[in-house]
Amino acid sequence: MLSLLAFIPAFPLLGFAILFVTAGLLPKRWITTIGVGSVGISAFLALIVMFAFLGAPQPYTKVVWTWIAVSSFTPHIGFYLDALSGLMMLVITFVSFLIHLYSAEFMSTDEGYNRYFAYMNLFVASMLVLVLADNLLFLYLGWEGVGLCSYLLIGFWYRDPANGLAARKAFIVTRVGDTAMAIGLFVLLTNLGTLDIQPLMQQAVVHWPVGSALPIAAAALLLGGALGKSAQLPLQTWLPDAMAGPTPVSALIHAATMVTAGVYLIARTHVLYDLAPPVQTAVAVIGALTLLLAGFSALNQTDLKRILAYSTISQIGYMFLALGVGAWSAAIFHFMTHAFFKALLFLSAGVVVQRLGEEHDIFRMGGLRERLPLAFWSFLIGSISLAALPLIDAGFYSKDLILWEAWSDGALGPWLWSAGLIGALLTAIYIFRAVFVVFFGPVGLEPSGPTGWRVAIPLVVLSALALVGGFVEIPPYLGNVPAFSRLMQSALPTPPAMATAGSSSELMLSAIAALVAILGVGIAYISFRRRPAFLEALVQSPASLALQHFWETDWGFDWLYDRALVRPFLWISRIDQGDVIDRFYGGLASLSRVAYRQLSESETGRVRRYAAGITAGSVVLIAILVFA
Amino acid sequence: MSVVLMQHALFLAMVLFALGTIGVLMRRNLIVMLMSVEIMLNAAGLAFIAAGSRWGQADGQVMFILILALAAAEVAVGLALILRLYQRLGTLDADAADKMRG
Repeated sequence: MLSLLAFIPAFPLLGFAILFVTAGLLPKRWITTIGVGSVGISAFLALIVMFAFLGAPQPYTKVVWTWIAVSSFTPHIGFYLDALSGLMMLVITFVSFLIHLYSAEFMSTDEGYNRYFAYMNLFVASMLVLVLADNLLFLYLGWEGVGLCSYLLIGFWYRDPANGLAARKAFIVTRVGDTAMAIGLFVLLTNLGTLDIQPLMQQAVVHWPVGSALPIAAAALLLGGALGKSAQLPLQTWLPDAMAGPTPVSALIHAATMVTAGVYLIARTHVLYDLAPPVQTAVAVIGALTLLLAGFSALNQTDLKRILAYSTISQIGYMFLALGVGAWSAAIFHFMTHAFFKALLFLSAGVVVQRLGEEHDIFRMGGLRERLPLAFWSFLIGSISLAALPLIDAGFYSKDLILWEAWSDGALGPWLWSAGLIGALLTAIYIFRAVFVVFFGPVGLEPSGPTGWRVAIPLVVLSALALVGGFVEIPPYLGNVPAFSRLMQSALPTPPAMATAGSSSELMLSAIAALVAILGVGIAYISFRRRPAFLEALVQSPASLALQHFWETDWGFDWLYDRALVRPFLWISRIDQGDVIDRFYGGLASLSRVAYRQLSESETGRVRRYAAGITAGSVVLIAILVFA
Repeated sequence: MSVVLMQHALFLAMVLFALGTIGVLMRRNLIVMLMSVEIMLNAAGLAFIAAGSRWGQADGQVMFILILALAAAEVAVGLALILRLYQRLGTLDADAADKMRG
């Protein structure tokens, strides 16, 4: 059963190949069947493989063939299954399948229907390669593959130049991180002689002492890649613009799966981070800062999808925070619940946006609670889970675990915990701001068009998962079901906080987090539903407006990068246009142009001229033969 | 019958060849150009004959007969082309046919 592993990425790849080669010549029903079906088969196989794996949770490696063989460097096309990659695989295939099903209806009137499913299938194949690869080179192939698909799908509606710009921005900004990651791979290969992940990790422990320079360099460089891909400080600026793509793309790539690849990479190579404590601390601090900054930005967006984009950045910040304090399984747990509720939020937002005729501005919406009941309930459940309201939803359990383990992390712990707590308050405020503005109050735009079953099923299934998906890991004071962390123990080390689990301080911290979430909802209710006069006055004051603008534009990061990087680069390239080398090659070009003109002058079309040319040539040749 | 020196025959062939070349290059009338080409061919033929007689070999005469056949074929094709050109352009001026300039 486990040997089916290699077929899981193969089916979406096959689907991509068929759709790519036929280029839309197939009937639409076939395109749907191939596009959705390939991912469906993949999800089914993933389920079978995971059942087989859970029977005997031993890591399993399936080498298909040797990719490259250069003396001792022989990376394989090989797949590695353990609790971590298995869980990622299962979540990715299932969420992908649901989103593909949703897309079959959502994109049904789009002229690029075939292209869309081809790209989406390629994305799923690449993402599965990323998480299942048994060596870092193969992982890097998947890593770049998802980056390519992200680029293609952000710019999917390529006729609008703004979408193409957003796609290029995403590609270039993540490329900054990817370059760091590639250098990190070189560091690992030259110093440890292999890129196969498991031997590499064993070698690292043997050869590198804790805190020495090489593991710090390697971990920091890999972290660079993770920051780019997961849109963390300081490379977060591409994700809000990535919302230019179709909404199911935002749900799948820019919320549920690809942007969490950085989290997976760090968890996969956690041994390196254990050997490099300063880098691990940096991961936690970056996560904490990102979740705060993105939270404030989300609070001031007016575009529904951009709110969710900043929310994604913020939630991945939580995952980085967890990774930084060594709570590996908590990070992966939050990845799982986040995949459920964020995909749900995006998909229900997609319904709202599409039914209102591509309207993104939340202040032109309103009162949609009765008009779009399915979207309302889905969005509400997603928001509850995102805001981590206590007990009833998945988000509570994962975020609670992260906050508790952040608190337990030495001297820095309480600071990280406070950042997480403020972030939780912001999360509750910004998402319920969206809920109250979009679904309550006076009716704005009127929705039109029907919602079919292929949109409804993913919403219902994801709603259920966003509610119950967290019950696989229930803290000790509530019944103690540590199923998730027990599963993860086989792949990831247990964090130190687990030793003291069940203490009364954990219960107290949970209660505080729960109260903060409820408080956030209350603040959102008062600010955006009641709208008391003193708050309106406060919001309209000049200082407040300036601050809002500052937050809305992502703390000026885009402005800063534009001034500090883009413009100097353009300036240098402009003044460098006429340098010596350019002159040389330009001279060659103009020389051949002059010669061409002269030669074409000689071609008069007159027979006698040609005859004269032939005669002169013959005379010269014979003269050479006779006299030389 | 006095013996003709090879040098004399070759000199005559050279003069004929030069005259033919000058005719091709200088005259614009297609018919005259064709005739000039014939003169060049005959000059070459004369050189072969002279050489054949000098060394007492039959090869020179064989080559001359080949040149005669070649010239006949060339005239057939050349005249047909000239006829077509005349129908097309209404003139026998070679410089009028310069549509193929670069």
